[in-house]
Amino acid sequence: MASHAQARSRGRVSKPRRWLAEFGWRHLVALAVLVFGLVPILYVVSAAFNPKGTLSATSLLPSGFSLNSFQRLFSDPNIPFGQWFLNSLMIAVPAAFISILISSLAAYAFSRFRFRGRRPMLLFLLLIQMFPAFLSVVALYLIFGRIGEFYPAAGLNTKLGLMLVYMGGALGVSTWLMKGFFDTIPKELDEAATIDGASHAQIFFGMILPLATPIIAISGILAFVGTMNDFILASLFLTDRPEMTLAVGLKTLTAANSPASYFGIFAAGTLLTSVLTVAVFMSLQRYIVSGLTGGAVKG
Amino acid sequence: MLDQRARTAGSTTAAGLIVKIAVLAVVAALAVWAALPLIAAEAWWGLALEAVIVAIVFYTYLQSRTIPLKYLVPGTFLLIAFQILPVIMTVGTSFSNYGDGHRASKEGAIESIVAAGVQQTDGGTTYLLAVGESASGELTLLLTDQADGSTWAGTEEGLTEIEGATLDATGRITAAPDYTVWTLADLNERQAELAELAVPTGEDTGIKVQGLSAFEGRSTRSYDEACDCITDSATGTVWYADDETGTFLTEDGDAALVGWRVNIGLDNYLDVVTDPDIRGPFLGIFAWNIMFAAGSVLFTFVIGLGTAMALNKPSMRGTKIYRTLMILPYAMPSFAMLLVWAQMFNRDFGLINDLFNLDVNWFGGTWSARAMVLIANTWLGWPYMFLICLGALQALPSDSLEAAKIDGATGVTAFRKITLPLLLISLTPLLISSFAFNFNNFNAIELLSAGNPFMAGDAAGGTDLLITYAFRQAFGTTSADYGFASAVSVFIFLIVATISAVMFRTTRNQEDVY
Repeated sequence: MASHAQARSRGRVSKPRRWLAEFGWRHLVALAVLVFGLVPILYVVSAAFNPKGTLSATSLLPSGFSLNSFQRLFSDPNIPFGQWFLNSLMIAVPAAFISILISSLAAYAFSRFRFRGRRPMLLFLLLIQMFPAFLSVVALYLIFGRIGEFYPAAGLNTKLGLMLVYMGGALGVSTWLMKGFFDTIPKELDEAATIDGASHAQIFFGMILPLATPIIAISGILAFVGTMNDFILASLFLTDRPEMTLAVGLKTLTAANSPASYFGIFAAGTLLTSVLTVAVFMSLQRYIVSGLTGGAVKG
Repeated sequence: MLDQRARTAGSTTAAGLIVKIAVLAVVAALAVWAALPLIAAEAWWGLALEAVIVAIVFYTYLQSRTIPLKYLVPGTFLLIAFQILPVIMTVGTSFSNYGDGHRASKEGAIESIVAAGVQQTDGGTTYLLAVGESASGELTLLLTDQADGSTWAGTEEGLTEIEGATLDATGRITAAPDYTVWTLADLNERQAELAELAVPTGEDTGIKVQGLSAFEGRSTRSYDEACDCITDSATGTVWYADDETGTFLTEDGDAALVGWRVNIGLDNYLDVVTDPDIRGPFLGIFAWNIMFAAGSVLFTFVIGLGTAMALNKPSMRGTKIYRTLMILPYAMPSFAMLLVWAQMFNRDFGLINDLFNLDVNWFGGTWSARAMVLIANTWLGWPYMFLICLGALQALPSDSLEAAKIDGATGVTAFRKITLPLLLISLTPLLISSFAFNFNNFNAIELLSAGNPFMAGDAAGGTDLLITYAFRQAFGTTSADYGFASAVSVFIFLIVATISAVMFRTTRNQEDVY
């Protein structure tokens, strides 16, 4: 076997054949997977720009070009797409921001201080993050029904109520992610700052947080995208059409609930939504790769 | 160390102090705002709880001995309120018969059964009727008093006045804040529920529906505490209270429609084991649930790993472009893409049947529907697997691979004996959490197949997961059974807990992370 490999590397095999053996199969695999990966996306693009906008008229490759669907998305009074988009942002951005802030505080305590109950608390966090909030959806529904009796602004069918649930849901994961990163920031830095007279709050806000930008970015994105994609809680909490998020609103445009000609409008809405998420992902690509693997592939 | 800590605590700057005072002032203001409705409703327990929370916050940030507490308190409150408390409540609900027909207390149930026997009396108030649901999904009569035009909301618990309702020309309510008003079509569909509903207004008076109006009258039924029973003097029927199931039963065993909420112990769980109508579908769902989660992990992992192996070659041209394009499916909003996949599997006009010249009714057959959700879910998940596999491959120690090469291991052998085992060590935790995620992948089923196909009369569909099944039991179109739905949720909790226990065991040797 070894001699065979040597023979190959000495170049007795002709050049194109060597290229095929070395790189050819790689390109083949990559292209095959790409076809699988990109067909649905191409289909959405084709549907969004289709002049007729029905499912039956849509094919994989665009058969015509028209901005009809996009126009109807913003002019049809039955489809408050702009409002949905705004609702989603108004819920997802503050929820992600606050939950990241709160979990970074907790992560700092777990990473830098030694106190009684630290280990059990960490283990408990790990456990609780395996129970997604929507598993206790019945209880959440009853709790917020009750909250709404006292505080109508935070009950069912309000953005604030939904936001509170999302904030609680993202805590476990982000605390763990961030604690792992904080641990890699050398403690000597803290000690030096302490000697210079910095308080623990100054160390955290002035030094640790800026150094931890990559992990804050990735946790923020994961929380944000998770919230944007949530359907189960949003569909239960927000039932008034103008109050809906994108996930709940766009669902009402699909075939079971709407006329066939709405498919193009739905595809146009999908495309506009993905512009946002794809832009976020692409701009932070390198953080995502290292952030996803950071926890598991450490050594 | 002690020295240092003392210095740390003492070195508060003026700016820091101002921020701290400002934040505490906001907390105090919020506390006052939150206390007002509690005082108005005389909810003293709620008020006491609030006081405790505020006291803890003030204590934490005004003392300087326990610094970690300052960083842990906000997260702890949030976690308790919106994660731990709901879990505890779910467990509590799972031991009760809470649901439609068992919402109220026993007194409420008596009132509403008595009110259901209301007969119209001369000169009683009559109302114009509209019907709707409250924010918590309770059937509600929306009434306009024909004498003075005032507007009321009536449920099986009683009557409350509505303010700010919109009326049509005849005076009927067409919209009201906090209520969804039904259309005539909805009304027809749920006529039966409506006929049974009665709104208690007093000891033996109530409001009943008649056509598109409602009237207040006197009941022929009365409750007798001595025998704990309700007697209807017009028909002679007697209902005896059964405190174990929370229902009123006649001697023949017929239950009155409204019962009350009681603790029924393990009945919801035992039903799964003993009731053949539930056991059959439940086991079916459970088996498919595991298949779905395992299949999703397997397929996404194989495709992701294969792609990562292919692209893990620094000297290859175009890897960057490939990688960017491969992240695209991951970056697309997954809820929307699931809805797109549902359209692509449309039998008549969908892309899949079109492209491959098939005529498969994907949503119609159990196995075709299962294949469909697996295909779509694989599409959603493989880029994530690709990314983590690529990261893991690049972090593999190159010396073991070199050593293997020198020892003569090439190609498949090297992969099977060296690369894969090394990869699995670092990827196992991620694979397990991916399994746990897919085990509860509500979106993938609800947005794609919605549990279809349903065989006639079955409560569970061919592609239902436990979570979608539980969700339908609680919030579906049939009557709500919160108790049973919670029991299913607890069951899922247990499975996920077992999975995490396994995960802890397999990763025990990596415990230096703590």
